Amino acid sequence: MEPWVYPSIALKQEDFEEGRIRTTRTPLRGEYAWDAGVAVGRFLAELKAGRLVGRRCRVCRRVMVPPRMFCEQCFRPTDTWVLLQDTGTVLTFSVCTVAWDMRRLEVPEVPAVIAIDGASPGMGILHKLGEVGQTNDEILDRVHIGLRVQAVWKPPHQREGAITDILYFRPV
Amino acid sequence: MRRWNTEVAIVGAGWSGFRSISPDLSFREMMFEAATKAYSDAGIDPRRDLDGLVTAEEDFHEGVAISDEYVPDQMGAVLKSVHTIAGDGLQALAAGVMQIAAGAGRIVAVESHSKASNVLNLDQITALALDPVYQRPLEAHPIFIAGLEFRRYLEVTGTPIEHVARVVVKNRRNALRNPRAAFPADLTLEDVLHSEPLAEPLTRAMAADPADGCVVFVLARGDVARTLTDRAVWIRGLGWATDSYTLENRDWEGARYLRQAAERAYRQAGIQSPRRAFDLVEVDDTFAYKELQHLEALGLCRPGEAGRWTAEGATEVGGELPVNPSGGCLGEGHLLEASGLARLLEAVLQLRGEAGPRQVPNARTALVASWRGLPTTTGAVAVLSREP
Repeated sequence: MEPWVYPSIALKQEDFEEGRIRTTRTPLRGEYAWDAGVAVGRFLAELKAGRLVGRRCRVCRRVMVPPRMFCEQCFRPTDTWVLLQDTGTVLTFSVCTVAWDMRRLEVPEVPAVIAIDGASPGMGILHKLGEVGQTNDEILDRVHIGLRVQAVWKPPHQREGAITDILYFRPV
Repeated sequence: MRRWNTEVAIVGAGWSGFRSISPDLSFREMMFEAATKAYSDAGIDPRRDLDGLVTAEEDFHEGVAISDEYVPDQMGAVLKSVHTIAGDGLQALAAGVMQIAAGAGRIVAVESHSKASNVLNLDQITALALDPVYQRPLEAHPIFIAGLEFRRYLEVTGTPIEHVARVVVKNRRNALRNPRAAFPADLTLEDVLHSEPLAEPLTRAMAADPADGCVVFVLARGDVARTLTDRAVWIRGLGWATDSYTLENRDWEGARYLRQAAERAYRQAGIQSPRRAFDLVEVDDTFAYKELQHLEALGLCRPGEAGRWTAEGATEVGGELPVNPSGGCLGEGHLLEASGLARLLEAVLQLRGEAGPRQVPNARTALVASWRGLPTTTGAVAVLSREP
């Protein structure tokens, strides 16, 4: 019996280039406009004003950021808006040498989860750190879990109500 | 399929919407609203009582890959069993029932929602379901499939197109008495027949418009259901099936998927003559002819008979067998994969006697049938009863 279900040969790059192998290319186009709703809508509006806000649950007393209109622990509506600081503490971070589109980065990026001052422990936002060095070694020398950081905002006229209204967080 | 050894009942129902747009709520907030109503209706605290959650979602409709990861928080299901079905909501119901029957949970929630208004190129997303080699290069709008099937239906059954238009008039009028309906209207046959042609013989008025909304149910094992409520609606039979999918040589006539699904559900429920078994039917009417084709596939009338039946008024509220008293997808709006649960919701409210001005008097049994939409050949059927 043949070892393979279908007769098989190894494929070479030339097989594709010289048209011996047929493939179908098809682009996937999806266009979406997500409704921000109450919680995300207010969060984005406050970003444009240069502020971070959270929501407080009266029962478990947590202040949650990013804000949500429901408490996932208590399963009840959250109660009040809370103005937060734009400072915080690095919960965890990574030094990343590839961009989202797989390009090799000359200067690594430093994505981090930052626990925001004024929110409950462990409540933070995901962003990038900046002004922390140009090389892997430099960055690892300066950044550590527990590092105190502050948001660097875009100038007010450039803000558009997006997470990128904060350029990055830098050490304080 | 034999009858399950475990009785399962619907003990809570909740919804948000339905509306053509819903910019005031994120999909999470919409789900939270529907879930809050369903849990309150069932008298349970999900953090304490809920064993699991089953949702029906399609990533391409959400615009998020692995979108099922985004569901537990607003459903009170954090750190609980969560399953997602890529299919119609009635298939999610079946999965929830099986989890209870298998002993994996006592109380399970079933959810599906639509944010159709957020998908800016919804028709092109539907087109992505076509075969990439044989069909997509033709660059035809997927609605042509409905045109192809509609023409075969008219030809083979001899149904006059006026009878199909009558379905639209009936369902949009039924929607006038349904506060959930997104598209209530008082139309004439001429309005329907002379609306813009889409894929001849299909006109725009014969195709359901998409809508936003969310539907949540709470299922419970029989003994638990009895302690929770005296308004339980019992699931007596379930069936679902998928036919061969090729457009080139699929069955164009009889909606075999639904015939097969119904046979299984009837066998389970011990129903021999479906025509006399139900007080009302909620059936997929994404396209007006689908209501007729589906009624015939469900064995409620002979092939070719559903049109005349409709024209004679037998399927009106107050007729011999009310069909889509909610207004169906044509009247309520098409909720994408939540459509089957929207049909189920009306059946549950009717069996509880809570359907208000469109209440079918003394409704004791109901049949619910869904279709997964273009270009699929998947359908699901549920048999419901006020008695276990």
